[in-house]
Amino acid sequence: MKNQQADAVEMQSIYKYFDNFCALNAVNLKVRRGSIHALLGENGAGKTTLMNILYGLYRPDGGKILINGEPVEMKNPNVAIEHKIGMVHQHFKLVENFTVVQNIILGQEVVKAGCVLDLARARKQVMDLSKTYGLAVDPDAKIEDISVGMQQRVEILKALYRGVEILILDEPTAVLTPQEINELVNIMHNLTEDGKTIIIITHKLKEIKKSSEYCTIIRRGKYIDTVVVKSVSEQQLASMMVGREVSLVVAKAKADPGDIIFRIDNLTVEDNRKIERVKELSLYVKRGEIVGIAGIDGNGQKELVEAITCLTKVKAGKISINGAELQNTSPHYVVENGIATIHEDRQKRGLVLDFPVKYNLILENYNKPQFAGRSILKEPAIHQFAEDSIRRYDIRPEDCASEPARALSGGNQQKVIIARELSENPELLLAFQPTRGLDVGAIEFIHSALIKHRDSGHSILLISFELDEIMNVSDRICVLYDGRIVAEFLQGEVDENEIGLLMAGGERKNGI
Amino acid sequence: MGSKIAELLNKTATKIILAIVLGFMAGALALAVAGYDPGTSYSMMFTSIFSSPQNMIQVLILTMPNILTGLSVAFAFKTGLFNIGGEGQYIVGAIAAVMVGGVFNLPPVINVIVIMLAAFLAAGLYGALAGFLKAKFGIHEVITTIMLNWIALYLNNYLISLPGIGVKNTEYSFAIKQNAWTNVLNGWKTSPQGQAYLAAHPALSPILLGTDINYGIIIAIVVAVAVSFLLYRTTFGYQVRAVGLNKDAAEAAGIRVKKSIVMTMFIAGGLAGLAGALQMTGTLPHALVTLASQPGYGFNGITVALMANSSPIGCIFTALLLSALQFGGSTIQMNLGAPSEVVNIMIGVIVFFVAVASMFTMISERIKRRRVKIAD
Ligand SMILES: Nc1ncnc2c1ncn2[C@@H]1O[C@H](COP(=O)(O)OP(=O)(O)OP(=O)(O)O)[C@@H](O)[C@H]1O
Ligand SMILES: [Mg+2]
Repeated sequence: MKNQQADAVEMQSIYKYFDNFCALNAVNLKVRRGSIHALLGENGAGKTTLMNILYGLYRPDGGKILINGEPVEMKNPNVAIEHKIGMVHQHFKLVENFTVVQNIILGQEVVKAGCVLDLARARKQVMDLSKTYGLAVDPDAKIEDISVGMQQRVEILKALYRGVEILILDEPTAVLTPQEINELVNIMHNLTEDGKTIIIITHKLKEIKKSSEYCTIIRRGKYIDTVVVKSVSEQQLASMMVGREVSLVVAKAKADPGDIIFRIDNLTVEDNRKIERVKELSLYVKRGEIVGIAGIDGNGQKELVEAITCLTKVKAGKISINGAELQNTSPHYVVENGIATIHEDRQKRGLVLDFPVKYNLILENYNKPQFAGRSILKEPAIHQFAEDSIRRYDIRPEDCASEPARALSGGNQQKVIIARELSENPELLLAFQPTRGLDVGAIEFIHSALIKHRDSGHSILLISFELDEIMNVSDRICVLYDGRIVAEFLQGEVDENEIGLLMAGGERKNGI
Repeated sequence: MGSKIAELLNKTATKIILAIVLGFMAGALALAVAGYDPGTSYSMMFTSIFSSPQNMIQVLILTMPNILTGLSVAFAFKTGLFNIGGEGQYIVGAIAAVMVGGVFNLPPVINVIVIMLAAFLAAGLYGALAGFLKAKFGIHEVITTIMLNWIALYLNNYLISLPGIGVKNTEYSFAIKQNAWTNVLNGWKTSPQGQAYLAAHPALSPILLGTDINYGIIIAIVVAVAVSFLLYRTTFGYQVRAVGLNKDAAEAAGIRVKKSIVMTMFIAGGLAGLAGALQMTGTLPHALVTLASQPGYGFNGITVALMANSSPIGCIFTALLLSALQFGGSTIQMNLGAPSEVVNIMIGVIVFFVAVASMFTMISERIKRRRVKIAD
């Protein structure tokens, strides 16, 4: 290469407007070749937008991009791919009814005899890659049948399969387990040893500390600073990003649980391929209690949530709230019985992306008297409610009530869902990965909202792959492994290591 | 200036008007290639429509069913369904109208309302059948509605072949009773005073007697406004649009997706059925006619909805445009020998450019970008 010393990526004074909203205001980014560079900022700060510009998905309204020291006009992703830039998006771009292998090779198909798809060879290449980097995937499963975590791994493999030199990862770890994150960090280090360059967007400060050499911070579209990660603390990073002090651990009073209101008895659920994913699982939640389910992705969480919400059929067992049996009824009935759900896949299950934010905020309640009278929508009331929710949950930008949900950043989309699900004071909140993709400031806020919900005498079933979140928020912790609850503790009874071991299928040291 | 253009380009209406202009340009090109002067042809199309009030009224008469079938398709589109069944639903609506209007003797106005309700219900159920098959068994509505089109056509012809319904030695069924016709000044114009008055005012007689001038188009416009209201102002509209935009999220939120699909197809079918009913009450012979091929209004509806980008109000205008083009196209064929297929080319191009309207958004973005760069 002619320009050995040049930075792999240099973005100078980038501007981007959406209508009159300035999403990026003179942002700079310099990424040294062979380094791992983190991009940190609150939800809606403009990280994804900046990377979409680098990847040629958006055209900047001002500024310059240099790749290996040479100015490049990133007209479209093809130009980016020519320059060996690859991107794993925050919201996956996978074909739902294609298999893992088909998705990975899409656009780069291996052919034999000139035109016949050589799936066997492609499959082998993919599997080799998957083995080399320790990214476990089930090559023949359809995307719609696998967990979000595995979908994420498919996306990473897809980029690697294209032989990229500069890899952009937009919140790749939002859904990975601690173990998987460690593996990913190793993979990233391997890649940079090969001379590849990685830009990673993440809200997890720990991860930045573990993986990255440099970190660029942006706040509300403005460039704040680039720091050497080694020389700053997590707390410093957090306050640089938010612009104020944040507490990384939530404060909460001891739980005061009442009667059991929700229970699951001997539940068995199969997935689309008739494989049992939840096996004779039983649990209960009391009034005024937060029960957390710890577990590695793929141990039945998805099926459990779908069974409770009646999005899938139950093979055997009972689910009931306040005595009303829910299994194999309808999602409508579940909602009517006071269960609100934050789904794992926010864009599929949580939002109507092309509806304005204000309509998304009433998706379950559009029929209620405060929003509709005689079947006519009360627009002013809906708008007012949206404005209130936007203010209460700090959804940005503030004037987004009539904007389509699609225009919001990932984290702000999540806040819309949380605002909606808590708005009706549900008896039971089923929270599946509720803080996925949220920044530390927002997480602090959501956690305290959950605790407030509990303190007002309601119940929460929290399912999360973030062990920290489970440990911090839950009053009682159930460990899920292979479709079964294998252990149960009160908060503070055990430490992370022991739970981590149980999550991975280990035996409990002192027996149950 | 640049910013104004950019903003204007982003409006749906502007995009559609641009598409129409491009359609006319493509038509001109096609005419030129075929050896006809585009100017002459277009002016002939134009003048043929405006040369006489009868012709203008003829266009409006053609417009009525196109608005309603357009609404039918647009409504289904908004909820994520593709209703190709307009033809069959139109026929079923016409059958219901003739059965009710030809048998019962009800007081005026009420009879028309009853006929419309009957047609809406019958055609609605016919559409809902396709919706039910989709909701229950996952059979795609495109397939079922196409089949239902042919079933309706043969049902129509079969009914006419029955002695109690068909009029002997004709291709017609019995007709709707005259007091249920929706023609303008229906009873009066054939009464002795009416005839005397028309004899004294020769300018009016070709309009009232020479055409099927009727109230259908007014009803169709009212229905378009009602559909728009239903879609954008009611909880039902909210619900079906949510299902259309993201079925999975709607389902998770407790919206009954299957019920919504059936209801949507019921309304879509009912709207196309209204077209059939008003055609029966408004135009000669006010009776069912043996059909050799599909009447064509259902398919026109697809064009109308596509051109209007599924906006119910937009359907009023695109139906008018389509009808005018079809009418004008036939006159250039008659008078110049120019191919009336030119009209199909124009319509095709318009639909194409409405469909790729995002292109205009891109142009708008580019203009804006240039402006920002200049501002730097
Ligand atoms: N297509 C769009 N149209 C309008 N506004 C947009 C669009 N895309 C992004 N925005 C706005 O630009 C801002 C930055 O969004 P971006 O997605 O880059 O945030 P982010 O830093 O990635 O946040 P998160 O951590 O929540 O993913 C947000 O306020 C968002 O609402
Ligand atoms: Mg983002």
